[in-house]
Amino acid sequence: MTDRESAPLVTLTDAARHFGPVRALDGVSLSVHPGDCIGLVGHNGAGKSTLVNLINGGLAPSSGEIAFDAGASALEAGVRSVFQELSLCPNLTVAENLRISHSGLKGPGWRRPARAEIARSLDTIFPGHGIDPDAEVDTLSIAERQMVEIAIGFAPRGTEARLVILDEPTSSLDAGIADQLLSHVRRYCSEGGAVIFISHMLGEVFEVATRIIVLKDGKAVAERAAGGFTRQGLVDAMGHVTADTPETAEAARDFGAEVVRTDQGLTAREGEVVGLSGLAGHGQAVALARLYLSRTSSWHAGRRPEVVFVAGDRQRDGILPLWSILRNITVSILPQGARRGLVDRAAETRVAQDWKARIGIRTEDVTNPVLSLSGGNQQKVLFARALASPAPVVIMDDPMRGVDVGTKQDVYAMIRAEAARGRTFLWYSTETEEVCQCDRVFVFRNHEISAELTGAEITEERILEASFEMQEAS
Amino acid sequence: MSLLSKPWLWSWVAAAVAFSLTLGLTSGRGAGELAYAALSFGAFAAIVGLGQMLVITLGPGNVDLSIPATMTLSATLALKAMGSDPNTAMLGLVIALAVGLGAGLANYALIFLLRLPPIIATLAASLVYQSLAIWSNRGLRIKPPEGLADFSTGRFLGLPNVAWVGLVLAIVVWVVLERSVWGRWLLATGQDLRVARLAGVPVELVRATTYTSVAVFASLAGYLLASFSGGAALNMGQEYLLMSIAVVVIGGTSIAGGYSNVPGVWGAALFMFLVVSMLNSYGAGAGVRNVLTGTIIIAIVIAASTRRART
Amino acid sequence: MNFLARHRIILPVVSLAVLLAATFWMQPRAMSYFGLNLLFNLAVPIALATIAQMMIIMVNDIDLSLGAFVSLAACVTATFLNDAPVVGLLILLALILSYAALGAVIHALELPAIVVTLGMSFVWGGLALFILPSPGGASPDWLRTLMTVKPPFAPMAVVAAVIIAAVTHLLIIRSGIGTVLRGVGGNARSVARAGWSVIRLKALAYALAGLFGVLAGMALVGLTTSADANIALRYTLLSIAGVILGGGEFTGGKVSPTGAVIGALTLTLAASFLSFMRLSPDWQIGAQGAILILVLTARLIFRQKGAA
Repeated sequence: MTDRESAPLVTLTDAARHFGPVRALDGVSLSVHPGDCIGLVGHNGAGKSTLVNLINGGLAPSSGEIAFDAGASALEAGVRSVFQELSLCPNLTVAENLRISHSGLKGPGWRRPARAEIARSLDTIFPGHGIDPDAEVDTLSIAERQMVEIAIGFAPRGTEARLVILDEPTSSLDAGIADQLLSHVRRYCSEGGAVIFISHMLGEVFEVATRIIVLKDGKAVAERAAGGFTRQGLVDAMGHVTADTPETAEAARDFGAEVVRTDQGLTAREGEVVGLSGLAGHGQAVALARLYLSRTSSWHAGRRPEVVFVAGDRQRDGILPLWSILRNITVSILPQGARRGLVDRAAETRVAQDWKARIGIRTEDVTNPVLSLSGGNQQKVLFARALASPAPVVIMDDPMRGVDVGTKQDVYAMIRAEAARGRTFLWYSTETEEVCQCDRVFVFRNHEISAELTGAEITEERILEASFEMQEAS
Repeated sequence: MSLLSKPWLWSWVAAAVAFSLTLGLTSGRGAGELAYAALSFGAFAAIVGLGQMLVITLGPGNVDLSIPATMTLSATLALKAMGSDPNTAMLGLVIALAVGLGAGLANYALIFLLRLPPIIATLAASLVYQSLAIWSNRGLRIKPPEGLADFSTGRFLGLPNVAWVGLVLAIVVWVVLERSVWGRWLLATGQDLRVARLAGVPVELVRATTYTSVAVFASLAGYLLASFSGGAALNMGQEYLLMSIAVVVIGGTSIAGGYSNVPGVWGAALFMFLVVSMLNSYGAGAGVRNVLTGTIIIAIVIAASTRRART
Repeated sequence: MNFLARHRIILPVVSLAVLLAATFWMQPRAMSYFGLNLLFNLAVPIALATIAQMMIIMVNDIDLSLGAFVSLAACVTATFLNDAPVVGLLILLALILSYAALGAVIHALELPAIVVTLGMSFVWGGLALFILPSPGGASPDWLRTLMTVKPPFAPMAVVAAVIIAAVTHLLIIRSGIGTVLRGVGGNARSVARAGWSVIRLKALAYALAGLFGVLAGMALVGLTTSADANIALRYTLLSIAGVILGGGEFTGGKVSPTGAVIGALTLTLAASFLSFMRLSPDWQIGAQGAILILVLTARLIFRQKGAA
């Protein structure tokens, strides 16, 4: 673009990263020069975090090359990352956390320089922050922790930070503090530093970025100077180009009584398929988990459960890894078929066989271990577990991860059929295409509902608009 | 594969090896006596081991350190109530089990209400139980009623009565784990508490009943052991703390939770007795015995972990 | 933020002060040089063992073999260190190194520390029996002299407790490496991401535990002048209780060396306290359990108030 005297800090040449058959990043070329502030935007699963992990050395590329101008590793080249998940040690003080990543602080009396360095960094970025370097991190608020993490990212730590990657740095900062960060990023870049800035707040991206790169499906689909985009243009570039399939015929159905209402404003009626959308990590999963836990008890399980849960994060929330497929399917319906506290094993086998056929679990025998199944088939087991239960409300937390297209169609049909019989579905999905099949959609942003869409309003465009902060950052 | 999928086999093989090595010295003489002694003494380890197994099945961090204190307390109180009078065996049993029930509920109350890690909760509680036992015992050694003493040292169909009790209990636990709803809930909870909760399992109910069961098992073992050995002693439960954990681990139950192994517990209980008699008959001192026992436990844990890593 | 939550050390200090005040009120004669010495006589080895346990809890593990290990160290001290000081020292050094190896193995193979240390407790116990099949041995003279020295103003036990607390505070709380070690307990991933070798750090934490375990055994022999293989078995549970009483937590690297020493003193005092109350000595152990439960209840209440 503009003439540059200095060599790029980092150069990616056709870098790609595959996870099995999934191409998380599919050949991206990029160079970051001193003074650059690159805004990185893209929808869920576009490859943002994979790209960041390639640059900071967290992952090695499957193909392509990454070169640094100084030193062989990201650490030596002065690349720093500030992650979205908090990576501080909560039991240590602010200054002690700096010590963890600053091996130059040695000998007796290391505390004084550590305190001075972190205080200087905090003062520079967030004037008037009011954070005591001797405060333990777990006594700080989430916003303060994020400020500390950013300050450690920019602190010299014996060498010099030359490229700082900020992944959603403002997600828990209020507008005033976020502004301080944005001005620091501008100042830092004008002094020759480089920043990669990832945010769902498009206003912020426009405010700081000199260049904006749009990622979609693991590819850089657009790269222009920030002035070359309009907000609408950016949203369009992130979206899928596929033509909308008209599914609005279903919206005309009548629904029964309201069966779910939460403090947040999430509602659902009998027979309705309610979608939850927005960028990942904006409170959808938390809202669903809280709803589920509030409707069930950890002290008794009756024969008539009110809600069931379909997990998307199979390892964390769904699969019981030591068990067979059969036992995984029937774990939620054990009390229904039991006689004198004993499991009715014949009935249990029937249910599992029945669902194996109905949902097409690819296995010869339902007594095989559940881990012998592929990810998509494990997911079918979780669907079967929920649908086999008589519970009238089904909560689904992004349940289609790793499921192939054919199965998805089958499951959509099954959900429709069950809904027609009066069951209610609450369905959080990171894939907009799925959300567009719902009767009503709640879009989440920053742990709040930012829009409620119904019928013809449910379009990818409207959902994207509601997911990203469109206003100027004040 | 078929061998690896049956981890209980190892403890039985180990027990058989220890058995034949011991008999190797005497060229086969005394086999019956050795087996009888192993079944008698192994029964106590098996009973407390079954309880500890249920707790360990709940997953990492779950263990009951109050087993010895519960054994001593229930035995002491039961013997005191019976006062060597004939025909009080049932009264004593009821009192022992009631003490176990109370101890288990108290343990769980500490865990649940004070949100203490089970290790520290059962440890703190065990100190109190121990004191209660000391206070109520006051150094007296009350003999068990004659009928009860005869029962606990007697035999039926050639097997020691205490072994019958241990066997029946093992079968009950096995049926509960394999066939009952509660057993399924326990195994699900042990694999992953969060997953189980999200699948609708009443996890707190499961935890409460498990911590109660282990204490009741311990109280039964304490009652039988005191009757067997002619009275309650304050240190009677001491060796069963490490023993109960060891037989669970050697028996092939997963430390990571969610997988129980009932036959393995019995095999390991026999093994723990037989390995001691084997080393004794070879003239090894207590030191060598302990070092070998510890080495075997660690070797089994390492073997189990590398097997897990390979699959 | 709540004052008590910020200063976790307050609760252990208050617990000890209350107990001490109650003891003095019961038995004013205890308020003397001699009385204090009697009250805290056995506190030094318990405090050292508690510090050892704290090192393990600091990295989110737990050591069920500590009592057996301290017994073994005591047996070595009462035999080899007395008869052949060089051999004795080498053996003690080997014990510390084996603790470091234990930590490395537990981390590398992702073994459950609770079971491995359980197995090790048999090993240590067996070795101790091997060295000293029946109670006996003798304390090296210098150790005996050191443990019974009568410093001015305050008795040996109190002075030693202050020194132990100060040294371990400097080591674990103030020093750079201590900070990183606590970081392993707090967030091992972030420590690894900053370029540290977590396996070495864990080996170091275990080695420190071994060192303080050995010191506990030596101190015990210095007080009792002889040893046996079961001399310190109850230290396993006492040390865990001491760490928790001192404001430490089982996970998250939240430990306090000063608190641990105070916790150990509290447990020692709790045993003496009830004998002053003229309650039967039967209740001494139970009192320790009850005090543990009380303090933990108090902590829960304060923490809930802090959160509200």
